Amino acid sequence: MKKLNFLKPDKENITTYLYSGLLLFFVALLDVFLGSFFKINITSFLPNFVSFLLPLILGIIGLHLIRIEFSGIKNLDLLNKNINTNTFNAVLTLLIIFTLIKSIPPILSWSIVDANIAGDTKEACTGSGACWTYIKIWLRRFIYGMYPNELQWRINISFVLLIALAFVGYFPSEKVKKFLTLYYVVIYPIIAFILIYYLISGGSLGLEWVETGAWGGLSLTFIVSFFCLIFCFPVGMFLALGRRSELPTLRYISVGFIEFWRGVPLITVLFMSSVMFPMFLPEDFFMDKLVRVIIAISLFEAAYVAEVIRGGLQALPRGQYDAAKSLGMGYWKMHIFVILPQALKLVIPGIANTFLALVKDTPLIFVVGLLEIVGMLNLAKTNPKWLGFAMEGYVFAAIIFWIICYAMSRYSQNLELKYKTER
Amino acid sequence: MNFKLNKIIPQLITIFVVVLIFGFFTFNAQINMDNRGIEFGFGFLKQESSFDVQFSLIDYDGSHSYARAYLVGLLNTLLVAFIGIVISTVLGVVVGIARLSPNYLIEKSAACYVEFFRNIPLLLQIFFWYFAALRALPLPQDADSIFGVFFLTIKGLFVPRFVWENLDIFFYSIIAAIISIIVIKNYATKLQENQGKQLPVFSISTGLLIILPLLTFLIGGVSLNFEVPVIKELSATSFIYEGGLGIPPELIALTLALSLYTATFIAECVRAGVQGISKGQKEAAASIGLTPNQILKLVIMPQALRIIIPPTTNQYLNLTKNSSLAAAIAYPDLVLVFAGTALMQTGRAIEIVSITMLTYLSISLAISLLMNWYNKKIAIKEK
Repeated sequence: MKKLNFLKPDKENITTYLYSGLLLFFVALLDVFLGSFFKINITSFLPNFVSFLLPLILGIIGLHLIRIEFSGIKNLDLLNKNINTNTFNAVLTLLIIFTLIKSIPPILSWSIVDANIAGDTKEACTGSGACWTYIKIWLRRFIYGMYPNELQWRINISFVLLIALAFVGYFPSEKVKKFLTLYYVVIYPIIAFILIYYLISGGSLGLEWVETGAWGGLSLTFIVSFFCLIFCFPVGMFLALGRRSELPTLRYISVGFIEFWRGVPLITVLFMSSVMFPMFLPEDFFMDKLVRVIIAISLFEAAYVAEVIRGGLQALPRGQYDAAKSLGMGYWKMHIFVILPQALKLVIPGIANTFLALVKDTPLIFVVGLLEIVGMLNLAKTNPKWLGFAMEGYVFAAIIFWIICYAMSRYSQNLELKYKTER
Repeated sequence: MNFKLNKIIPQLITIFVVVLIFGFFTFNAQINMDNRGIEFGFGFLKQESSFDVQFSLIDYDGSHSYARAYLVGLLNTLLVAFIGIVISTVLGVVVGIARLSPNYLIEKSAACYVEFFRNIPLLLQIFFWYFAALRALPLPQDADSIFGVFFLTIKGLFVPRFVWENLDIFFYSIIAAIISIIVIKNYATKLQENQGKQLPVFSISTGLLIILPLLTFLIGGVSLNFEVPVIKELSATSFIYEGGLGIPPELIALTLALSLYTATFIAECVRAGVQGISKGQKEAAASIGLTPNQILKLVIMPQALRIIIPPTTNQYLNLTKNSSLAAAIAYPDLVLVFAGTALMQTGRAIEIVSITMLTYLSISLAISLLMNWYNKKIAIKEK
């Protein structure tokens, strides 16, 4: 048996090192845990400063003792390799673990333990935690905006129909399959427009008219992003083709257009659509606020989509163009049947990212006075009956947006992987 | 003949359509402006603005012109962009490197940070910091100081102000230090190429950068004092800080949100850049006997930077453009001051919106041009 050298733990006395190291490590964890969950300071007999740093010091010593290379114990080797390669890493590991332990109780107590969800008024919220009653009462407003309560079924029905129609592509028989692109690019948007125009907006077919100013909340976020998504794609495609065109005027106009929109912030574009654009229209011509916003955002995003598609076009080898031309295909035939199908497949992840940015940009429409979910939150926050619940509202909206955006980014990552392996 | 027509006709049609659209718009604008009795022109810029801005880097009050108000807004925008770029770069690089760490916990927490802040709209984050987080801060009279000199309150952050004497000499000394460092660096490169000797350039330059400015304190007559903010009671319920430098909560919320949001994207750029260098490079460098530091400095970083810098500049551009969201929390940036208040007062929508857009456009184009130049400079020179 070798002499114990605590500065250099080795394999021979592994049990001693392991037990003492783990003991110190768990004492450190226990100290932080008790302090955080039960407000008990087991080292209160020590001076303040030492008591504060003690878990860190104990943890470092503990992790140092169990840092034994090739110990032969699988789990220990795995642990050392992943969180305990050297002292610096050990410190960072401990800090992260301690921060986690310290931050769990306040978050839990705010969001669940001390929170309220019962009742209908502000007075029901007595706890020191979050007041989810506020979200519960305002939920309809956050989702439907100022849309009349008794008419909200119209929004529900159109959204359900739209989602159902979007899944048509998943049940293809061979005959129908070739028309799918046509369906998604032309027919589906038209159906969507008809649904939204007649069902949500109303005004005909015996349905009461609801002005767009009353639309709002999450449903407006979806409507705006949906239409912008549909419109910006073809515009962006033409811009990308224009930028790669051999005709100088077309090319310069496309370049100018793209660089202009990419160079200005969306908020000024929306300003333009709300205060400057009406000046450019004939006097008696009225264009709805929502339509103006959708046009503005579509043009803005189209420039970004154009750059993404251009990347795809550039990535195609020249041989594809040459081969298509040698078969006697003209410009449009070549692009529709050979170039674009391949190029678009390449840039699907990039386009998904642009759409993600689009969804994250929709809250900006508050500039022109349209209140989607973030705008509704700001409105609800200033309601005299419900003052002081800004935090709950923003946390709620953040969770919703996070789920939407995270799902989208995950989906785009999957697509990226899928198309990478296929090539 | 037919072949040529094929090329000319589409161009003519496009030009015709574009001219038609522009003509239609100008025609309508002319009629609309005539009806409202406004004349197109930029003369209003010289008029007295008669509105106040609560935070400005240069002297400004209501008696100054609209042009001055524009300048105030522009400087405020650039200030936010600059601070945001600095913080987000530091944070982004740290997080990006953390994502490459072999330590599982560090890698995962960095990943969580990126996934969390990237997937929440920036506007929501700004609102959160401004309306929820910063509103929870104490009132000026209740605030505890941090180290006795910083005061973080609901009215903003109050920090000591530097009081310089002979600042210009200090400034010159820094410039002198930088110039001498460049000279030494060139000399060291030459020395190494000609004689194979190596100079400790890094320690020499750090030394110069510290010693030269320090000398100005000792013999140059430069002195630096701190003016610590002191709380002052105006009435029973209203307190303000006097002296020191007050940073408004709008600026704090905006820079915080912008930096945290943009840092996630920069972190991804850094990660992609370092991952883009093949392992063979590192092994080859190690096999010719370079030390780990030299490998990082001479082999990995120059190549990684080539991948990292273009998308990162793009993020800087995005940050600058996103700083226009300041208007949402009433931080007086270009959009709020000029496209907001000034537009409301003068009603000159076309001129003001065009100026605002052109400003952003020129910032973007300037950075893009700089970027292209830099890209060309660092591109691998292949034959």
